[in-house]
Amino acid sequence: MSAKPSFTPATLLAIWHKARQINLIDEKFRGLLRSGRLAAVYYSPRGQEILAAAMGVHLQPTDYLVTTYRGIHDQLAKGIPLKPLFAEYYAKATGACKGKGGPMHITHPETGVMVTTGIVGSGLPIATGLGWASQLKKDGRVTLVTFGDGASNIGAFHEALNMAALWKLPVIFLCQNNLYGESSKYAKTTSVDNIGERAASYKMAGVTVNGNDAEAMWRAAGEAVARARAGEGPTLIEAVTFRFMGHYFGDPGAYIPKEEYEAHLARDPMPIARAAVLASGAATEAELDAYDAEVSAQIEEALQFAADSPFPDVGEIDIDVYGASA
Amino acid sequence: MSAATAPAAEAKPEVITFTEAFSRALHDAMEMDPSVIMLGEDIADEEGGGIFKVTKGLSTKFGTERVKTTPISEQAIVGAAIGASLAGMRPVAEIMLMNFITVPMDQIVNHAAKLRFMSGGQTHVPITIRTRTGAGAGTGGQHSDMLEAWFAHVAGMKVVVPSTPADAYGLLLGCIFDNDPCLFIEDQLTRTQTGPVPVKGEIIRLGKAHVAREGKDVTVVGYGRPIRDAMVLAEKLAGEGISVEVVDLRTVSPMDTETVLKSVAKTGRAVVIHEAPRSFGCGAEIAARIQEELFDQLKAPVLRVASRDVTVPFSRVLEAEYLYKASGIEAAIRQTLEKRTKK
Repeated sequence: MSAKPSFTPATLLAIWHKARQINLIDEKFRGLLRSGRLAAVYYSPRGQEILAAAMGVHLQPTDYLVTTYRGIHDQLAKGIPLKPLFAEYYAKATGACKGKGGPMHITHPETGVMVTTGIVGSGLPIATGLGWASQLKKDGRVTLVTFGDGASNIGAFHEALNMAALWKLPVIFLCQNNLYGESSKYAKTTSVDNIGERAASYKMAGVTVNGNDAEAMWRAAGEAVARARAGEGPTLIEAVTFRFMGHYFGDPGAYIPKEEYEAHLARDPMPIARAAVLASGAATEAELDAYDAEVSAQIEEALQFAADSPFPDVGEIDIDVYGASA
Repeated sequence: MSAATAPAAEAKPEVITFTEAFSRALHDAMEMDPSVIMLGEDIADEEGGGIFKVTKGLSTKFGTERVKTTPISEQAIVGAAIGASLAGMRPVAEIMLMNFITVPMDQIVNHAAKLRFMSGGQTHVPITIRTRTGAGAGTGGQHSDMLEAWFAHVAGMKVVVPSTPADAYGLLLGCIFDNDPCLFIEDQLTRTQTGPVPVKGEIIRLGKAHVAREGKDVTVVGYGRPIRDAMVLAEKLAGEGISVEVVDLRTVSPMDTETVLKSVAKTGRAVVIHEAPRSFGCGAEIAARIQEELFDQLKAPVLRVASRDVTVPFSRVLEAEYLYKASGIEAAIRQTLEKRTKK
């Protein structure tokens, strides 16, 4: 990398905007789930907004994303539009996947959301293949694959990282270490202190970063994207973070000690980022409030669209099993 | 010499082996379409062109970017094929032996087969997984299994098993240019057997069964190696005045039920054959479809001939006992005919 890029107030604001959209949608969804107005499996990204946004600002719509069933923040940071996303949560015909995939399998190729998998670790080999295609086509695209700390203990992680490093593929492996794999504490399941260290096993660039620090995360993500676009191979980024709402919606989280939870809450990245935006002068309080109002209106409009949309026609069950060439 | 390296001037042989047919199909597919790419263990020429030499010559002609030797990483091989296909390529992944396909089952079952449906048709996975297997070569319990029923059971997958070299060529092209994930199974025991030369570039459409021999007394239906036995038997029994119709499914799944039913409606008798173990095999599905639709027209129960429900043994003596037998197919044919005379 040449001169260190400067982290401008405008960049911070762009990250804030993406993170705040994720945050507002998450709050809305949790309210809908609590009140019974939405019935869907849901994995709250609360706490992981900043890292997704700081990654997302580096990507183009043509870049590819492979994420997981815990990946709504990644999909939003990649730019997925709200109407097809919400309608899929509502299992409607207007959903991104026509109501046939659901929240765990969100797909939206127009914004590069290629695969959302419900199987831990399975996205990594697929991302490797997307990267291989980009290398062959020389299309300059980067593939981002996101996964949790738990996925770094599955065999597919090893196979994919080895292959991607060996072939110098334009892939970014973004491990979002939220310190718990389902209900198990990181240290109880993982032999290394930092997942970023595992990159060394594959002779791959690797870094462990505070994912909740907008600037640090933005720098790590930017270096990885630049490396991939330059044809210099993949990067493993371990973004250390924390999830405040447990693994799944309704997870009582009894496995997290109270003191630990409170310590994380005191470092909640969202209020910290908001204060930083204001301190940087990128936006005023009134401007941030106006943004909130604007996004909230978009959310309401998209929810109304989802609620008003029809369920799929039952005949849809026989469609998309095989292609037309069958 | 493989098709890939055969000089153009050389006179065309009248017959080719299965291995030559596989090679030729891969070569021609790569020549026809630059989006056809390959990956698998040892497949490039530096590593010998594949353990079975099917890909020999391809990396030299088309480059090691398009014909990539991989680490021994079956999950990454299939996953990378899936990913590349999502970006518009037509990858052909070689999984050296079918028992190794149990390793990337997640990629195949949860992803390749389902992404088209789960994405509401926004993405699709036009990959071909070539694999080799079959008992009878003394390779024991982990190098011989026919596991096609596992994949036929998953919606979204296509499963193809050829019974002649010409079919192997046309069907492999059919898989590569199909827009869905295809599993193409190559038989290791018959790989050097020969058959007529296919027409260059002639694709056999998937999902269509082939009436390999017409007859009127009994239908023998199946796929792969046992079809070759059935063809020999049909010729032999014709000498006794028994007219056997042989229906080769070619594509095991999705199955061409119509062609099977049309044949059995004509003959009134059916013997279902496959190499895989009998219980819960594809034969049960074929037999069930026949009796569901044609119960009143059947002159005898539908019989199955398959291998034994045990692990493929090593000793030749035991392996022979495991494997279905041509004599078993013959006995079943005669049994269905006996039923009629007793009726």
